[in-house]
Amino acid sequence: MSRSERERDVAVIGVGMHPYGKWGRSFVEYGVVAARAALADAGITLDDVQFIAGGDTMRNGYQGYVAGATFAQALGWTGVPVSSAYGACASGAMAIQAARAQILAGFCDVALVVGADTAPQGFFGPAPGERWNDPDWLRFRVLGATNPTYFGLYARRRMELHGATLDDFAAVKVKNSRHGAQNPNARYRKEFTLEEISASPVVADPLRLVDICATSDGAAAVVLSSRDYARSRDVDAPVRVIGVSTVTPTYPNTYVDMPDIGTDSAAAVDPPALSYRDSIAAAAYEEAGAGPDDVSFAEVYDLSTALELDWYENIGLCGPGEAEKLLREGDTTLGGRVPVNPSGGLACFGEAIPAQAIAQLCEVTWQLRGTAGARQVENARVGLAINQGLFGHGSCIIATR
Amino acid sequence: MTAKPEVVEVEGWFGSDSDGAYLVGSRCTACGSYFFPKQTFACRNPRCGSTELDEVPLSRRGRVWSSTTNHFAPPPPYPAREPFEPYTVVAVELPAERMVVLGHLVRDADPAALRIGDEVEVVIEPFYESGDATHTVWKWRPVP
Repeated sequence: MSRSERERDVAVIGVGMHPYGKWGRSFVEYGVVAARAALADAGITLDDVQFIAGGDTMRNGYQGYVAGATFAQALGWTGVPVSSAYGACASGAMAIQAARAQILAGFCDVALVVGADTAPQGFFGPAPGERWNDPDWLRFRVLGATNPTYFGLYARRRMELHGATLDDFAAVKVKNSRHGAQNPNARYRKEFTLEEISASPVVADPLRLVDICATSDGAAAVVLSSRDYARSRDVDAPVRVIGVSTVTPTYPNTYVDMPDIGTDSAAAVDPPALSYRDSIAAAAYEEAGAGPDDVSFAEVYDLSTALELDWYENIGLCGPGEAEKLLREGDTTLGGRVPVNPSGGLACFGEAIPAQAIAQLCEVTWQLRGTAGARQVENARVGLAINQGLFGHGSCIIATR
Repeated sequence: MTAKPEVVEVEGWFGSDSDGAYLVGSRCTACGSYFFPKQTFACRNPRCGSTELDEVPLSRRGRVWSSTTNHFAPPPPYPAREPFEPYTVVAVELPAERMVVLGHLVRDADPAALRIGDEVEVVIEPFYESGDATHTVWKWRPVP
């Protein structure tokens, strides 16, 4: 499929990352490394940047809340306007959308988007303090409902409704670990075997430790520009973002989402035709004028191995209950019909929350440029990246070249 | 040793009467939408917007939507027992409210036996012990 340029396309002229790990340094440092890599990749300097959008880094103090200004200061103040966005794991998509809107509104031609995190060890917990009216605090206090608790609920439901097995979940891990093994930015570059996975301790039944993504330090940055600017820089066939979705749920959302203790009620209003996760992808497809058949590869938010299978269905790679078949037939493995998580996904990176959606766009860009090396998807024409942030934050980006 | 007095862990979230335990939710007087935990100031149905909500007991029984057992101690503020005991979180679909509510499985039930669609009922059980009280919370118990 080749797509002619459209009014609302923006170009991705530079991408960069700070490798993921547990480095124990300030997220600001990681962000600066990623931003400089993206600027170098674009062949521009900070003086060319007219807007800086930051994905907020919570738990890391005031600097994290004002991420746009924090990165602007650390790179060196140039006087440009900034924005800071928080949407949990979808923060990066909100930052990308803010930058894109600035470009499409004509306020600027070149925008830098940065997200970075310094993550704590172990389970994510709520902010400290006692808050009996904060749903995120309450779910930990009253239920011990950690993030993996929700992943476990989805995984068991998938097993019972669709016949997923522990072997399927392990196969997702094996696949992603193989994909990520040669990704220089990945934190875990080790190929897992089924034996190693079955020896991993159960965290939230049926999910084992290796089924659940870790929390990581890392950063990602992209330089977005108007199409005219990309042309003026003689960028040859730049990657273009053709659809961005940052949708919230439609009432009533009766699917258990973090940090719900109780879902919406459908007593007065029937649930919408599309589930929330389905609607995140649908909005991006609609804007892109594309559908699942156009997608050459996808980066999906594998917070757990089981959740990756849910995403296959949410983005329309197959019908409900068919994800296991897609996986088992090798369709989503590199070399298959529609590789999923060629980067290695969260299985190999862990999550650095505000960087995630930006990191996904970095991978999509490398794949569409054909510069992904050993993990290159053949004939990569259209890439889709999707994730979902706590508390009703959708994130989906579709790009082409 | 005399039993410690019982205190509810979250004020106003559950209660009991002669028929047993129940969760306390709210119901919009205009459109009939339910909320748990209670919504007190405005209905969240975007086509309603009423500010009149009644406090109501929710269905005492529902059907299992899914469940999971946690084998590692969660971070604070969860009041984990020492030594840590695995606990099972059950998501339950309430029939009249058409909503899903989470809760712990009672301690003496077998989590491995739970299946989607199984009927469960709400009960009040000890949650944890503090220095001077037994804190109680709502839990789901399989209906034989």
